[in-house]
Amino acid sequence: MGCGAAITARMTLKSLTRPAIIVNATGCLEVATTIYPYTAWHVPWVHGLFENAAAIASGIETYVKSQNGGKMDRDIVVFGGDGGTFDIGLQSLSGAFERRHDFTYVCYDNEAYMNTGIQRSGATPEGAWTTTTPVSQTSPGKIGPKKNLIAIGLAHHIDYAATASTTYWSDFITKIQKAAAVEGPALVHVLAPCPLGWRFKTDQTIQMGRMAVQTRYFPLYEVEKGRYKLSTNPHPKPLDDFLKAQGRFSHLYKPEFAEELAALKNEVEQRWNALEQLCQGKTPTW
Amino acid sequence: MSQMQKPKFVPMSGSEAVAKAVVQSNVDFVSAYPITPQTIIVERLSDLVAAGETKAKFINVESEHSALSACVGASLAGGRVFTATSSQGLALMHEVLYLTAGLRCPIVMAVANRALSAPINIHGDHSDMMGSRDCGWIQLYAENAQEAYDWIIQAYGIAEDERVATPFSVNMDGYVITHSVEPVSLIDNSTVNKFLPSRKPTLKLDTDNPMTFGTLTLPDYYTEFKKQQDEAMRNVPAAFDEVTKDFTQLTGRHYERLVPFCLDDAKVAIVSLGSASGTIRWVARNLRKKGLPVGALKIALYRPFPTEEVAKLLEHLDVVIVLERALSLGANCGPLASDIVSSLYNRTGQPKVLDIVAGLGGRDLSPENIEKIYRTGLEATSQPTGLEMEFVGVRE
Repeated sequence: MGCGAAITARMTLKSLTRPAIIVNATGCLEVATTIYPYTAWHVPWVHGLFENAAAIASGIETYVKSQNGGKMDRDIVVFGGDGGTFDIGLQSLSGAFERRHDFTYVCYDNEAYMNTGIQRSGATPEGAWTTTTPVSQTSPGKIGPKKNLIAIGLAHHIDYAATASTTYWSDFITKIQKAAAVEGPALVHVLAPCPLGWRFKTDQTIQMGRMAVQTRYFPLYEVEKGRYKLSTNPHPKPLDDFLKAQGRFSHLYKPEFAEELAALKNEVEQRWNALEQLCQGKTPTW
Repeated sequence: MSQMQKPKFVPMSGSEAVAKAVVQSNVDFVSAYPITPQTIIVERLSDLVAAGETKAKFINVESEHSALSACVGASLAGGRVFTATSSQGLALMHEVLYLTAGLRCPIVMAVANRALSAPINIHGDHSDMMGSRDCGWIQLYAENAQEAYDWIIQAYGIAEDERVATPFSVNMDGYVITHSVEPVSLIDNSTVNKFLPSRKPTLKLDTDNPMTFGTLTLPDYYTEFKKQQDEAMRNVPAAFDEVTKDFTQLTGRHYERLVPFCLDDAKVAIVSLGSASGTIRWVARNLRKKGLPVGALKIALYRPFPTEEVAKLLEHLDVVIVLERALSLGANCGPLASDIVSSLYNRTGQPKVLDIVAGLGGRDLSPENIEKIYRTGLEATSQPTGLEMEFVGVRE
């Protein structure tokens, strides 16, 4: 109900045009879809460990290709959460990108370890409350901005990287199809709103995704062979609309956390400015 | 026996022999990460792939964790798969070892046995594999380059047997087996092909017949999955006997789970794994000439442990000396002694067991040391039964 990860998986599979093999890192998606003896998957699917999904995909891709005259006749898609991608799985993802395996990596980013109960990850935004970044007089929530996953992917000179939102479904489908069509590795970073961890009502997931894009909190863009392009550039709405709609940021509106709120707003603004510069072919500074 | 070929001996190291065996086994996929003393295996394999001697795809990955993970992917996709590692690399693979066994991937891995850090040490002992002995892999210890070669080929036959469907580690002592050059009798390709047809997996990642692998399995089913793995291990001896029998018919070389030496009328015997076993038999033979009632037992198959057979071979002895090349710090004995003692429990005769720790981190185990160990055992025959553990050849 209102789970961004489930919508991400369903829409990704709807987008694919060829037979697919799915590799899933440990996380919400694996747990919610495969409680034995049931499975929600009607495609070949494997879950191994938390940090090795890209490595498992490397083996599948290499073998499948070798059995098919060196060509890929199907899609290999990896689903990893932000913990399995930004943090513990980053090494195996980097290795798989560097080796140029032909697969699409879809990170469903709900900005914390939601499966284990809302602990901070490398994707948790500045100032957010989680169970391991509690809020107290001496603790303002998470300290420091989230990692830039697309930049990490692009550091491997991959041909396609994009951000996507389940709210913007047409854009989402186009991006998954472009990523799957690329020969070699491709990365799609999806913001997957989490009612439980972000503290909002389950019927607000799609609206939350829309606000994230409209407030420039999570800009939609794609990078083809190093060329940045904004997917949508809406007239910006106040970031407060997005932040105030979620319990995880509620403390930031108390006077004692004004500094932290300013830091988060500044981070979002800087990210947007850097993206605009990149879209103009400039190297951003901050 | 009529089909048996004449042995052709070629000088090669254990690592080169393993690489040759992998190519001859028609492996489809190899993934590995370099670690001393395993490196020669992957270097020679890379050469053989580059020379077009095999259709296998070889991917060099960024860690042992990813190496075995990539192997799991290729194995689930239907391939025959090989990897090799050692020491820290095996330790880094630890959780992937359990995954491989739980997903029932019949991967074969050569382990160039080496000590674990700290302090760092690149030489041979059994700490690495013993640290993962409960991971659900079949574990066999080769004694020399010939055995390492023969066992890579036979391992696929056992691992891929449908009753087993379990990964297999061929252990070979770092340097002593991996780097020593010995005469190795190679089998020609057509004979290997006859012995080992290509893999035909029944369960795989197949877009025409989709299956889900690696489900979340809760308390209501988890035990059933583990019980099936236990049953698969119990099926290993039957598969082992069939495969080794076929192998003997083609090569004349015969392998057993246990290799007893002069045990029938012995009072004292040393139990060992791996490369030390030959030296132990040589010393035992010399002591026998002097009239001393000594024998030896090599454990080739360590998991599944041949408990009943071990007990039958050892229960009549006065003293069983276990040569331990790994520690279980804080326990009353090392891992091998623990298996031996539990095999002898509740038997009619219960020999005294001496657990002798030697050969850690590549420390040489000389014939003189082994003779001393035998003499310690002979002196202990008159003393009460029990379990003692001591280090030999160590500074105080």
